[in-house]
Amino acid sequence: MIALHLALLEIPLHQAVPYVAAAYIAFFALILIYLAIMSGKLSRIERELGELTELAARRPGSSEEHDAP
Amino acid sequence: MYGKRLRPLALTTFAALTLTLVLAFFWAPNDANQGFLQKIFYLHVPLAIVTLCGFVYAGLAAIAHLRTRDSRWDMRSYVAIHLSLVFGVAVLVSGSIWAKGSWGVWWDWSEPTLVSFLLVMLLYATYQPLRFAIEDPERQARYASVFAITAGAFVPINFVIVRLSTAYLHPRVLGDISANLPGRFQVVFYLSLVSMALLWITLWRYEMTSKHASAQLRALKRLLAGDEDEALPRRSAVPTLSVGAGGAGSSGVGAAR
Amino acid sequence: MSSTTRTMAAPRTRVVLAALLRKELRVELRSFEAVPAMSLFSVTTFVLFHFALQRNALSGDLASGVLWVTLLFAAMLGINRLFVADAEQGGFDGFLLSPADRSVLLYSKALTLLAYLLVLEVVAVPAFALLLLGSALWPALPGLLVVLALGDLGIVVIGTLVGALAVRTSVRDLLGPMISLPLLVPVLLCAARATSPVLGAVGAGALPLRWLVTLALYDLVFGLITFAVFDFLLED
Repeated sequence: MIALHLALLEIPLHQAVPYVAAAYIAFFALILIYLAIMSGKLSRIERELGELTELAARRPGSSEEHDAP
Repeated sequence: MYGKRLRPLALTTFAALTLTLVLAFFWAPNDANQGFLQKIFYLHVPLAIVTLCGFVYAGLAAIAHLRTRDSRWDMRSYVAIHLSLVFGVAVLVSGSIWAKGSWGVWWDWSEPTLVSFLLVMLLYATYQPLRFAIEDPERQARYASVFAITAGAFVPINFVIVRLSTAYLHPRVLGDISANLPGRFQVVFYLSLVSMALLWITLWRYEMTSKHASAQLRALKRLLAGDEDEALPRRSAVPTLSVGAGGAGSSGVGAAR
Repeated sequence: MSSTTRTMAAPRTRVVLAALLRKELRVELRSFEAVPAMSLFSVTTFVLFHFALQRNALSGDLASGVLWVTLLFAAMLGINRLFVADAEQGGFDGFLLSPADRSVLLYSKALTLLAYLLVLEVVAVPAFALLLLGSALWPALPGLLVVLALGDLGIVVIGTLVGALAVRTSVRDLLGPMISLPLLVPVLLCAARATSPVLGAVGAGALPLRWLVTLALYDLVFGLITFAVFDFLLED
């Protein structure tokens, strides 16, 4: 891939554009998929944080109920 | 902790990546032989180099994990391999598209870099299954580190050997990738290398932040709800990060109040 | 006097190694789990290749490829079995309770796997010559033995490490080959390249030194890696 094959004639522009576009689109699509998966994890963190906030808010009022194992 | 300075890093990455794309398409001249198709080079080669460096870094982090027994190093190694696998898929796809464009085939066995890259990817594809197949978190981390060290050493050796196997069939310049490139190509190539490395580092820190946040959250949950309230931990391939229960947990409680 | 105290503190490597190898031999002789299966598998695979390739005789590249792929897959069976008895029947615990140096377990397992492979090849190579090889075996044998020795070494160092890595996972039969085959590709590549001129149709050619040196270096590097990381697999 690195070595450019010298025997090759120049590839016309209109023929090369789809390949270049496809390569770059594939790259950005992969990064976006990765970000989408990561944002799924972020929303889970947010949800758990919400649960914890609720738990912390309830705690001082009804401590006996929570202290009992 | 990992989120510190993540925003400037992300902005720098964005700027570098944009600059690379602009220069690659509007400033660097078209290649004499490959023409416009050669633009894939600025994506494919830096991406491949960064991917492999990521695998080697994972091996080094694994060595640090076995030495210090600090689960943070295991997490670093895990995230590095995870991210390099994502980048590696992009390398294989872009390489395959380039091969189709310039040689008319999707795959070329006489191209040693492509073949050895596939081998590396096949090996690392077993990392997650290996982790998932070991239930005990401590042993999982240890075994995964042993794997990451072995595989990290395999990366450079494998490249040398596969290159040897085809070099004499297809004589070519074996020198530096960029040695025979004219000035503007070189500038864009190195700029692209830097921005891909920045992208890798940004995403790595992003994922580390996320993992660290979940670990802190779990510690906080244990602190607030008590151990017995927590359901049995799911079997998982993700390293368990032991957050200092006193430090991180108590500061979290303080903030909640 | 001093030798007695030394034996009390930490038994000498050679003594422990001999004991472990005796154990391995006894286990294999009682159960016959690994070696017969490996040998039989290799012969069956040759038959399969005969029908799949629809050839009666092979030479050169094809012969060396078929031979090495068969040996590699037969070796997989041995690698998968190598640590199973220790993991399932408490061999690891027994060993770790003893004051012996942990590397000795690595040596004993590596030698055991090497012995498996040697027995396998005593069966598989003549069977290959008989069933598939187009040219005569005798002129090729000296060169073939050299390549086999180096190839075995590579399979042994990687197989022992991966066998230990995979044995205490829940899917050991899958993970073992999945991890070890990519690691063994360079071994296969060098060994097959080195073997093909030896098995040439017109008679045994010269041994290509470059592939042997590469293979030997690969064996050495992975030998060192295995030696360095093996202890970490035995810590609980």
